Amino acid sequence: MIRINCVSKRFGDIRALDEVSAEIHESEFFSLLGPSGCGKTTLLRMIAGFDEPSEGEIFIDGKSMDGVPPNRRPTNMVFQSYAIFPHLNVAENVAYGLHARKGTRVEIRRQVAETLDMVGLAGFEDRQPHALSGGQKQRVALARALILKPKVLLLDEPLSALDRQLREQMQTELRHLQRAVGITFVFVTHDQEEALTMSDRIAVIFEGKVAQLDSPLELYRRPVTKRVGEFIGVMNFLGARLLAEESGGYEVEVEGLGRVKVPKRQAPGGVSGSRLTAGIRPEMLTLEFDDAEIPGRRANGKVVDTQYLGDMTYYEIALEGIGKPLTLSMRNTADRPILEPGTAAKVRWGPDSVLLLN
Amino acid sequence: MRRKSGALAVYAAAFLVFLYAPAILLPVFAFNDSKIIAFPLSGFTLEWFRQILGADALHDATLNSLFIAMTTAVLATALGTFAARAATRYKFPAKAGIMGLVMTPLVLPEIIVGVSLLVAILQLGMELSLFTIILGHVLICTPFSAAILGSAFQNLDNSLEEASIDLGRSRFDTFRLITLPLVLPGVLASLLVSFTISLDEFIIAFFLAGNETTLPIYIWGQLRFPQKIPTLMAVGTVLLAASLTLLATAEFLRRSSIRRTGADAAKGLM
Amino acid sequence: MPNSSRFAKWRRSEAFRGLALASPPFLYALTMLAAPLAAVVLFSFWTQDYLTLDRTPTWNNYKTAWTEAIYQALMLRSLKVSALVTAATVILSFPIAYYVSFRVSPRRKTLWIFLITIPFWTSYLMRIFLWKVILGYNGVVNGSLMGLGLIEEPLTFILYNQNAVILTLSHAWAPFAILPIFVALERIDRSLLEASEDLGDGPVRRFFRVTLPLAMPGVLAAAVIVFIPTIGDYVTPRLVGGPNGLLIANMIELQFKKANNAPLGAALAISAMLIVTIISIIFLWLNRRYIRSRA
Repeated sequence: MIRINCVSKRFGDIRALDEVSAEIHESEFFSLLGPSGCGKTTLLRMIAGFDEPSEGEIFIDGKSMDGVPPNRRPTNMVFQSYAIFPHLNVAENVAYGLHARKGTRVEIRRQVAETLDMVGLAGFEDRQPHALSGGQKQRVALARALILKPKVLLLDEPLSALDRQLREQMQTELRHLQRAVGITFVFVTHDQEEALTMSDRIAVIFEGKVAQLDSPLELYRRPVTKRVGEFIGVMNFLGARLLAEESGGYEVEVEGLGRVKVPKRQAPGGVSGSRLTAGIRPEMLTLEFDDAEIPGRRANGKVVDTQYLGDMTYYEIALEGIGKPLTLSMRNTADRPILEPGTAAKVRWGPDSVLLLN
Repeated sequence: MRRKSGALAVYAAAFLVFLYAPAILLPVFAFNDSKIIAFPLSGFTLEWFRQILGADALHDATLNSLFIAMTTAVLATALGTFAARAATRYKFPAKAGIMGLVMTPLVLPEIIVGVSLLVAILQLGMELSLFTIILGHVLICTPFSAAILGSAFQNLDNSLEEASIDLGRSRFDTFRLITLPLVLPGVLASLLVSFTISLDEFIIAFFLAGNETTLPIYIWGQLRFPQKIPTLMAVGTVLLAASLTLLATAEFLRRSSIRRTGADAAKGLM
Repeated sequence: MPNSSRFAKWRRSEAFRGLALASPPFLYALTMLAAPLAAVVLFSFWTQDYLTLDRTPTWNNYKTAWTEAIYQALMLRSLKVSALVTAATVILSFPIAYYVSFRVSPRRKTLWIFLITIPFWTSYLMRIFLWKVILGYNGVVNGSLMGLGLIEEPLTFILYNQNAVILTLSHAWAPFAILPIFVALERIDRSLLEASEDLGDGPVRRFFRVTLPLAMPGVLAAAVIVFIPTIGDYVTPRLVGGPNGLLIANMIELQFKKANNAPLGAALAISAMLIVTIISIIFLWLNRRYIRSRA
């Protein structure tokens, strides 16, 4: 659908994007995720045609977009500020892009009503923009773009201005909407949770380069670098030393956890050199409350801090032989006690919970 | 703080008296039944306004001035729109120098503008006319127009235009349907300010007029004759009333357009 | 990449669009301002004898302009009057700008700005003439003061001299000084003032340590906006200045019109403009250094 071919963008001496390549598939919900200033919005604006690549090319539907202005591209955009025309009412805003299509007034009105209904704004035709809430403006912006049935819908941090509850509601709605219309969505966000819940695939971008392009599941389970691991979710990092490379995986010595056998697929970035970093997610560590006969490795430690979050409890646990305490999370159940700081604790982990990162 | 506020308020009031002193005397003497412009007042009359009707030279000068002012307003606003748009939206080489030259007349003594245009026009062998006055007035009004429109463009969210283009409209359509309606109050303000500056401008016009007369040049000529001065007071009063009406209309239009776009009414002024 | 495509890319670039947009006003200013100014400079090196023009370059006009007593005197007087007008206008305007920015409620600020600008919709010439009426021998000021019994004889030092010129010009330029100062004051983050007070500054110290330095760009803009153009006003001195109130601009006008010595007029005009520009630049530079040294 969209092929981004070795695209770079320079603003003066600053490299906003550095040889980015990616393939975005048809009907996919694709996210560009990264901290602010990483170049994700620049990439989106180049797909839309507002910026031109300094090098490289972008293809949409097999056609090169080199020199094609935004108004000739099969893309439409939902802006961060929504960009609702303040002097036009809702219906005029939504019908704004229909000028070139043949159609009677009645037909246009029907389409506008249909699209407004789709985004949950049925009957809002005559409202003035300044009488709309942020969420409603958002929906008008969506309707205005979707009515043109673009091949690709580009969304530039569209939810960042909404409060949390509305944001979560819009996330679900956007996802449903995307499935319903089947249009390719390219979604820019700096919020990893948002990207994880909505996307089919995510490109994580740091400093103008794609650090990893994967499904949410893969990104979370097997980040290729330490940076991706800590940007998406929470991860404990421990020093590790490569002892031996075997056919099925690696034998490593991990700080505080001792000798661990790590399968090959748990080193997604590959292994080079003997000094490595081991990563382990908080939920992969378990506190042992009874001496159940569950297979796995164990280590003794002490609770340093307890954070109670209702459904979950986060613990900071100091293990022998590690400078920094580990973060560990436990789901709260009726018969499971909450440990106070200072309590001794036994930590258990499974053999497939440790990742190797360079 | 309260105590100081009182002193400041008294000062502000005194300052307003100072500012308004000439403007208030203008209608006072325009309706005063005496050829001598001095107190005490001697009675009410409409005679001076009646004399305006009979002064043909005044009518010609007024028509000339209106023609110059309207042409100047349109041309200066057009040039100002280009300048403001380029300054607020684009980065380009030598921008500071280019914009600096366009804005220079704002801080240039008017006599320099008048003198240099006069020299250039005479050297080119052109005749002085209303047209040469317009050349000078457009030059001094463009920076004002650029400044007024600059703030209008500044307040315009860039993504509105991008959205319009993204929705398939051409650049021209975008300007016509989105940009222009949204900066219209600025355009009107620019037309109004340029019109008024030109209508009242004397220093440059005096150099560039040749045999033609504008309203300020007419007034300047008549100021030498004491018996003509009451009529000039009446002319001044009419001009003031007309300007204030224009100003009030423009402000009304601006407010209603702001109400329509839902922005804060206090923001657009500067 | 082929050349034509690179050209096409450049034509779509921001730099090209900006230049294309800026070019009409730029070309206008170039032909109507820069070129004529160059012509005046050229002209100032020529000689005019009644109606014949001698185009041999000569410094004579500048020699005359800079050495003859009358031109020296007029130039110095003009600079003095412009400087006094600038000082008077800025000093009188600052409190009013401060009042509107800090004491007037936000909803009324627009109204106040209107109140300040409305008098200037009065005809410029009529305004000056009315000052003559106000300040004259039988004028409003003398009439009121005598009516109140404060003076026996009408005051004569208020019209047909430099004082009258300074007063009239200060009045004419007041809004041009008030507006930039007001805008600068409006931009001051009010929490800075609270912070200064919180750190133990009294109102006076706070004003001199926080408010005034932050308003300085506006004050400087006001000073330059008033100082440079006042040197070119020949109407005010003619109407209210009397014989000793005439200024360099009157002489320039005279040379171009009645005296038919345009080259000398040009030399005087260029000299006057250079002097005010250089003074302004030095003034701005000193102030910037002063502000830097305190920062």
